[in-house]
Amino acid sequence: MRWLSLLLILFTSSLHAETNVSGSVSTQLRYFHQDPQWPGQFSGRQASIAIEPEFRTKVGEGKFTFIPFYRHDEHDDERSHFDIRELHWQTQFDDWDVLIGINSLFWGVTESRHLVDIINQTDFVENLDNEDKLGQPMIQFGWVQDWGVLNFVVLPGFRERTFPAAEGRLRTPLPIDTDNAHYESGAEDKHIDFALRYTHVIDDWDLGAYYFYGTSREPRLLLNNSGTALIPYYDLINQVGVDLQLTQEAWLWKLEAIGREGQGKTFVAMVAGFEYTFYQLANSSTDLGVLFEYLYDDRDASAPQTFSDDDIFAGLRLALNDVDDTSILTGMILDRHTEEKLITFEAETRLSERWTLDAEARWFVDIEKNGLLNSLASDDYVQVEVAYHF
Amino acid sequence: MNYNKAHKQLKGLKLSNSVATRLFSSLICLFFIVPLAIAETDLEKGFEIAARSDRSDLGFADSTVKLKMVLYNAAGEKNQRTLSLRTLEKENEQVGDKSLIIFDSPADINGTALLSHAKILDADNQWLFLPALKRTKRISSVNKSGPFVGSEFAFEDFTSQELNKFSYRYLRSEACGDLMCDVVERTPRYEHSGYTRQVSWVDQKVYQVRRVEFYDRRGAKLKILTLDDYRLYNNKYWRAQKMTMNNLVTKKRTVLDYFDYQFTNGFKKRDFQKTVLKRIR
Repeated sequence: MRWLSLLLILFTSSLHAETNVSGSVSTQLRYFHQDPQWPGQFSGRQASIAIEPEFRTKVGEGKFTFIPFYRHDEHDDERSHFDIRELHWQTQFDDWDVLIGINSLFWGVTESRHLVDIINQTDFVENLDNEDKLGQPMIQFGWVQDWGVLNFVVLPGFRERTFPAAEGRLRTPLPIDTDNAHYESGAEDKHIDFALRYTHVIDDWDLGAYYFYGTSREPRLLLNNSGTALIPYYDLINQVGVDLQLTQEAWLWKLEAIGREGQGKTFVAMVAGFEYTFYQLANSSTDLGVLFEYLYDDRDASAPQTFSDDDIFAGLRLALNDVDDTSILTGMILDRHTEEKLITFEAETRLSERWTLDAEARWFVDIEKNGLLNSLASDDYVQVEVAYHF
Repeated sequence: MNYNKAHKQLKGLKLSNSVATRLFSSLICLFFIVPLAIAETDLEKGFEIAARSDRSDLGFADSTVKLKMVLYNAAGEKNQRTLSLRTLEKENEQVGDKSLIIFDSPADINGTALLSHAKILDADNQWLFLPALKRTKRISSVNKSGPFVGSEFAFEDFTSQELNKFSYRYLRSEACGDLMCDVVERTPRYEHSGYTRQVSWVDQKVYQVRRVEFYDRRGAKLKILTLDDYRLYNNKYWRAQKMTMNNLVTKKRTVLDYFDYQFTNGFKKRDFQKTVLKRIR
C-alpha cells in the first residue's frame, strides 16, 4: 500500500541520533515425540530463529515506531515469514489521540480464549494460542472524556491468517491453500473495515464494549475443487463484543462475550470466570494464582469451527517474584461433552541482564477420532526458547 | 481511647461522697486521665510531625525522575534495573497521588509499565501493561507486602506513603547524623499491610524522613530504610537521591539511585489514565 511506503520513507528520513533501538533475537527448538499423522509432515525436531528489532523516534509532538519481524523455520516454509508488526506515527492533542499506520491492539480480559480481540489477524504459524498477531494497517482516533474513552478505528486492508505448510505440524488434515483465499466482499482484501469501542473505569469495574463491521478475522475452511487442500473463505460480519473485569481484593472476575452476524447462523459466545491469587505463599515471596473459566459458544456448522463450545478451563499461575522474574502458567481446557483435553504449560525466567529462557509444552489428550482436534492428536510438543534482548 | 470516653466511664461509677472515695477517685484520675492526656499529646505530636513533613511537599504538581535499582543478595552479587517514575500530585488529602512506573531494563521488560491510582484506606487501583502482548491488565492491589520486582522494597513502600494511611505516635527526639530528628511511630491503617508498625526518623530542620524501620507481622524488626543526599528542587521540594533498604532477615539489600528530577511538566489527569499505557513508549 502506497501510504504505508510513504510512512516508511517518512520514518527513515526522521531517523536521527536519538532513535531508540531495542528488540530481541531468539532461537526456538520444538520437539514432537509422536510420529506425524498427516502425509508430508516432518517428524521430531523443529528449530527456528526469529528477530524483532524495535525502532522508536520522536518527531516534534509525534512519535514514530517501526517493528519488523522475521522468523526462519527449518521445515515449514509458511512459518518462515516476514511481517511488519508496527510502523506508525502517533500524536495527541487535548482530548484526542491519533495513530496512523500498522499497529496492533489487544482487547479483552480472559486467559483461556481471546474472544473479543478482533482488530488484528492471528499469526497462527507462530503459536496456537492466538496471542501472536500480524500488523494491521489502521487509522485510529481516541477521544478521552471523563465519562470514558471512545476509540474509532478505520481498517483499510485485510491480513489473511497464516497457516502451516504441508510439511508443518499443528495443521489441518489437508493443508491450507493460503494463495487462493476467497472473500465475500468484491473488494476482497481491500475492504475497509471499522470498529467503534467504548471503555471506562468505574471504581472496581473495568468495562469495554464495541461494534465491528468488516471482514471476519476467522475464516471458514472450504474444500477446494480438486479435494487436495482447504481454502480460507472470509465472510463480512457484524460483531458486537463486551469485556468486563471486577477487581476486588485478590479476586479478578472476568467476562467476555460476543454476538456475530454474517458467518452462517448468527451466534453468541462467551468466556466467564475468575482468577484468585494467594499472595506470599507460606511466608515466601511466591504468589499462586488459581484460574477458572467457563467457555460457551453456540455457533453451528455454518460458522468457522471452534473447540470452545462448552468447555471448562482450570489453571495455575505461579510467580516466584525473584530477581529473575521466574513464572509458570499451566492449565487445562476440558470439553464437557467429548472429555477431550488440551493441556498447556508455560514457564519463563531471566538468565542474565540480556538473556531469557522460555519453556512451553502442549498435550492433546483423549482426542476423539472424528472430532475437530483429531488433526492435532499426534502433535504434542515441548519447546524451549532462548532470547537475547538488546 | 480518648479523654472524654475515659472521663464518662469514671463518672458512671457510683461512688459515695465520702472524703476517702473522693481522694480515691482523684487518685484514679491521676493514674488514668493524666497518662491518657499525655498519650493524646504524643499521638497529636506524632501526626503533626508527619503532616508537617508531608505538607512540605504540597504544590509540587507533578514530577518525573529516573531510577537505578541495584539488588544485592546475601553473597553481594548484584542485579540491576532502570526505570522511570512519573507522579501527579493528589487533588486533596482524601485521595493519593497517581503514579506511572516505566521499566527500561532488564531489556526483556523494556516498556513494561505500572499505573497506580493511590487511595487512602481503600485498595489502590493498579494496571500493568505488558508490551509483548500489548495487553493492559487491571491487577489486584491486595499484594501490598509482596516484593516489588524482586527487590527488598514492598509495593506498599513505594505506593503507600500518604499521610492518612497511617496513625502516628511521637516517641522521642534524638540526633540523627548531623541533624536532630523526631522519632515517630506509624501504624498502617490500610488493610493487607505486611507491617505491624514502622518507626520513622524525621529531621527537625527541613522535616524530611531520614530513616524508617519496618516491623513485620510478628512484631520483629524486618527492614531498615535509609534516605540520603536530600536536595532542594524549585527552592521548595526536597528529594532524597539515594534510598537503601536493608533486609535484616535475608541480608539482602536494594539501593535506589534517583537522578534527573523534573518538576511541573504540565501533566494532566488524562496522562495517568489506563489508555496512556499502550502508547507510553
